[in-house]
Amino acid sequence: MIRRSPFTFAPWLLAGPGALFFFGLVILPLCLTVILSFHAYDHSKGIQDTFTLSHYAAVVTDEYYLSIFLRTLRISALTTLICAAIGVPEAYILSRMRDPWRSVFLLVIIGPLLVSVVVRAFGWSMLLGSQGILNQALHLLGLPSAKILYTETAIVIALVHVMLPFMVIPVWTALQKLDPMVEAAAWTLGASRFTALRRIVMPQVSLGVLSGSLIVFGLSASAFAVPALLGGRRLKMAATLVYDEYLQELNWPLGAAIAIIVLVANLCIMLAYNRMIEVRARRTLG
Amino acid sequence: MQRNGPIALAFHILVVTFVLAPLVIICLVAFTPENTLTLPTTGISLRWFKAVFAHPDFVTSFWNSIWLATISATLSVALAVPAALAISRYSFPGRDFLNALFLSPLIIPHLVLGVAFLRLFALIGVGGSFAWLVATHIIVVTPYVLRLVLAALSGLDRSAEQAARTLGAGEWTTFRRITAPMILPGITGGWLLAFINSFDELTMSIFVTSPATVTLPVRMYMYATESIDPMMAAVSALMIALTAVAMLVLDRTFGLDRILVGQR
Repeated sequence: MIRRSPFTFAPWLLAGPGALFFFGLVILPLCLTVILSFHAYDHSKGIQDTFTLSHYAAVVTDEYYLSIFLRTLRISALTTLICAAIGVPEAYILSRMRDPWRSVFLLVIIGPLLVSVVVRAFGWSMLLGSQGILNQALHLLGLPSAKILYTETAIVIALVHVMLPFMVIPVWTALQKLDPMVEAAAWTLGASRFTALRRIVMPQVSLGVLSGSLIVFGLSASAFAVPALLGGRRLKMAATLVYDEYLQELNWPLGAAIAIIVLVANLCIMLAYNRMIEVRARRTLG
Repeated sequence: MQRNGPIALAFHILVVTFVLAPLVIICLVAFTPENTLTLPTTGISLRWFKAVFAHPDFVTSFWNSIWLATISATLSVALAVPAALAISRYSFPGRDFLNALFLSPLIIPHLVLGVAFLRLFALIGVGGSFAWLVATHIIVVTPYVLRLVLAALSGLDRSAEQAARTLGAGEWTTFRRITAPMILPGITGGWLLAFINSFDELTMSIFVTSPATVTLPVRMYMYATESIDPMMAAVSALMIALTAVAMLVLDRTFGLDRILVGQR
């Protein structure tokens, strides 16, 4: 219930401090970073006061940066696909379980969301390392050892592990809204289980899958800890590249330009996501 | 209700194994008596846990993180509750913009926030101080609190408040005696979620911490890039245990599935 009263200062007094705080610490620093990305940089003299587009030009023309962006896109796309392939059936299986199993396993699947990503990445580096548990198991079975750590495969495996909850949650939410009797009705009317899945369940959850995919893709493309810990020095992604430019090369303007590109790409994805939610809301309202 | 077939259950077991494997391995390896990252086959030892508590860097960082998470979660509740009241109770110009501004840290990659703060702090010359680190964490965790408090407010029956007003209670008394107790689960859940998110934050903190204010995740990241020994597993196991406790509390106060799945 929203009060339609004559003009009042109350909301401004209530939200004002927070608004000022967010203005000063979100909008202002972002604007400063955009400006920084246009500053010239000299390796001996540091950040210059002259303005240039050279950082953006360097990023879109240099093979080295392009290859890192391509790798970021490739890894994020693969992660999204695998998350969908695992997360959608898993959410469906969860939704058909009975309590208490349903709540227990829902917590098992989405609970790791709350465990620090450093911890999870470290767990995978122990599992996949050259002396890791996986290779010890292979050794016991008399199989040759596999080199997985510090490859793109390791990054994708760990990213899937980190992102899976973000896929399961929207699909699960969509499935909760689906009346199980509709699927049962399709069976009664002679549809095979596969047909019922394809014609009844899939159309209902497709928006959940799409929104999950956008979130997973966006978060993967800007992920830092997983590529930093499982990709090693050589395999860089966009986020680890920004980190190196800032804290190792000390070329802040170039790092800022890359960060702004990551931000704009992310905002585009999230705007698409919001648009989709709106379309769905409009459709359900009729 | 249909049951899951054997193929579905086998798939489910594989997924659960995949999800739990890295966490279980950490908790097992943490108890190894060896010097390398191996499963404890010969016996169980607490030596690596002792090593963690004897390691001054980890202990300092742990307390840094605890204080940081406590203070930023508390201050973010203090910001988010009035903001949520304004957004849910009043119609005013810029309301949608304010809502979007408060939720924006959710869609800005933490990496970008980190470099933006770094630039701001370098310009105003306050890099590395604990107070400003708290400020950055408030920005990151406030959206979680705001969402839960907004959800609690929207599910609220206003008639109790109206009754209090009719009986002569002032705005502040009504809030303190009626509204606040009714949205308390939302506030508690929001505080805990904010605490966990601040405690776990790595990507942004790595840009804004100084050697004196290094948080536990940043310390762990730096340690893991330099050396790998079972001490890292012991710290990680402690973090998993702490998170599990927090999860249980969250589940009891607000329902964890409601917090994580809810209101979208």
